[in-house]
Amino acid sequence: MTALDPMVVAEDVHKSFGHLEVLKGIDLVVERGEVLVIVGPSGSGKSTFLRCINHLEQINAGRLWVDGKLIGYREHGGKLHELPEKAIASQRAKIGMVFQRFNLFPHLTALQNVVEAPMRVRKQTRGEAVERARDLLDQVGLTAKADSYPGELSGGQQQRVAIARALAMDPMLMLFDEPTSALDPELVGEVLDVMKDLARRGMTMIVVTHEMGFAREVGHELVFMDEGVVVERGKPNDVFRHPQQERTKSFFSKIL
Amino acid sequence: MRHPGRWVGIGIIGVLLAMFAHLLVTNDAFQWSFMVDNMFSEPIREGARTTIVLTVLSMILGVLLGIVLAVMRLSPNKVLSWTAWVYVWIFRSVPRLVLLVLAGNLGIIFANGQIEFGLPFDRQLLDLFGVEGDARIFGLDSREVLSGFSAALIGLVLSEAAYMAEIVRAGILSVDSGQSEAALALGMNRPLTLRRIVLPQAMRVILPPTGNETIAMLKDTALVVAVPVSNELFFQLQAVGSRTFQVFPVLVAACLWYIALTSVLLVGQHFLEKRFSRGFGRRQQDLPVQVPAGGMGGAA
Repeated sequence: MTALDPMVVAEDVHKSFGHLEVLKGIDLVVERGEVLVIVGPSGSGKSTFLRCINHLEQINAGRLWVDGKLIGYREHGGKLHELPEKAIASQRAKIGMVFQRFNLFPHLTALQNVVEAPMRVRKQTRGEAVERARDLLDQVGLTAKADSYPGELSGGQQQRVAIARALAMDPMLMLFDEPTSALDPELVGEVLDVMKDLARRGMTMIVVTHEMGFAREVGHELVFMDEGVVVERGKPNDVFRHPQQERTKSFFSKIL
Repeated sequence: MRHPGRWVGIGIIGVLLAMFAHLLVTNDAFQWSFMVDNMFSEPIREGARTTIVLTVLSMILGVLLGIVLAVMRLSPNKVLSWTAWVYVWIFRSVPRLVLLVLAGNLGIIFANGQIEFGLPFDRQLLDLFGVEGDARIFGLDSREVLSGFSAALIGLVLSEAAYMAEIVRAGILSVDSGQSEAALALGMNRPLTLRRIVLPQAMRVILPPTGNETIAMLKDTALVVAVPVSNELFFQLQAVGSRTFQVFPVLVAACLWYIALTSVLLVGQHFLEKRFSRGFGRRQQDLPVQVPAGGMGGAA
C-alpha cells in the first residue's frame, strides 16, 4: 500500500463476548490525517471496536487493516491465524491509545510515564527519551508537572499526560476511548484543546466521545453506531442537522 | 478526673509490670549473669549466622519461586495454571516440620548416592530394543545435596514458595487491569508489563504479608533440627542449657535473640514499604485532586 491508501480499513468486523454479539459486521475506512468521531449509546460496541483496532480484543470474523497491514492476524490459506505476541506488540507500538480512565502508571512520575515505553520498547537512550518527553509535556501544557505522580494531578492533567505518553511512541494513528467522560465538566476543555491541537497537526484520529461540539469542530467524519452496527455516517454537521435514520434522530434528540 | 476508666487501667498495668519486674530481679532461676555470659559464645553466634543465612536464602528463593508459581497460576494456559494449583495444594498441606524431616530422609530413595537427570524410563525403553545402556545427562551426589543445610534449604524453599505464590497472586490481582492494558497498548510485551508495571504496584499488597512470612521463616528455622541441622540458633542455645543444666536462662536468651532479629527485619520492612509506596502516598489527599486516585492506577 502507498501513502495515499487509507490508514484504517475495517471489513465486516464481528466480535462476540460469549453468546453476546457486540459487533455485527463493521465496515469503515479512515483516511490518513482524518479525524473520525464515533458516537452512539452505551453498549453500542463503539469502545469494543476501538479496542479491536489495536488488538486489545480479538475479532471473531472480518478483517482490520492499519497502514495496509492486517492487525493481529496473518492470513494463510483463507484462514486467520493470530500473530505471535512480539508481532502484535510491534503493531500496537505504532497505534496510540488514550483511555477513559487515563490508566497512567501511578508508581511512576509524569515524566517516567512518558519515557517508559520509548526506552523499553523503542530502546531509546534515557537522554533522547527524556528530551522528547519534555517537549511533549510542554506541548500538552504540563512542563511544570514532569516530576509529579499521577495521584498528585487533576483528572484533566492526568489525561493530558496520558496523551503525551501515547505520542511519545510516535504513533501513526491515535485512538481515544471516551477521553473526557471521567472528567469534571470544567476540566473537559483542557483535554479537548490538546486533541484539537493534535488534529490540526494532521494526526489521524479515531475518537469515541459524547462531546458533540468537538465532533462538529474538528471531526471530518462522524459515525453513529448502535447495537453493534454502523447506523449512519457522514459529515458531522450533515448528520447532526439531517439525520436520515430513526435511531440516529432519537439519539440526537436525547443528547443535543 | 475526665477518664477514670483509663486511670484504673494504667494503674492495673503499672502494678502488673512492677510484679513482673520483681519476678525478673529477685527470682534466681533467671541467672542473668550466666545468660549474658553465654548467649554470645562462638557456637551461638555461629547458630545465629546459620539462622539468618537460612532465613534470607529461603525467603529469596521462596519469593522467586512463588512469583513463578503465581504467574503460572494466572496463565490462560490450563496446564500451567493447574500445575501451580497442585503445587500450592500439596506444599501448603504438609506441615513444615514433616517436610523438613522428609527432606532430610530423601537420601533413602537415592540409595545409590546419585540423583540422576535424563530421559525417563530410559533403561526400560532401551531394554525393549535389546540395547543396554541409559540416557542420563547428569547426576548429583545425593549425600551432598540431601543432607544438612541444603536439605533444610530445599524443604523451607519448597514450603515458602507455596505461600508466596498465593501472596503474589493476590498482589497481581489487586492491580487494575487497565494498567496492563495501557502497557500493552504502548507495545510492551507481557513479561515487560509484569516486571515494570504490574509487579511494582503489586508490591504494596505483597510486602506486608511477606514481612509476616519472613518473620515466620526466621522462627521456623528452629525446625531444621529435624533434618537434622545442628548449627542453628535454638539448638545451640539448648545445647548450652542441657550441658550446664541451666534450662530457663537459655530459653529467655532464645526469646531475646529472636526478638532482636525480628526487630531488625521490621526495620527493613519499613523501608521497603516506603520505597514501594511512591506515588501512593498521603500527599495526594492534601492536594485538590479531581479524581480519587485511591490506589488503583488513578482509575477510581
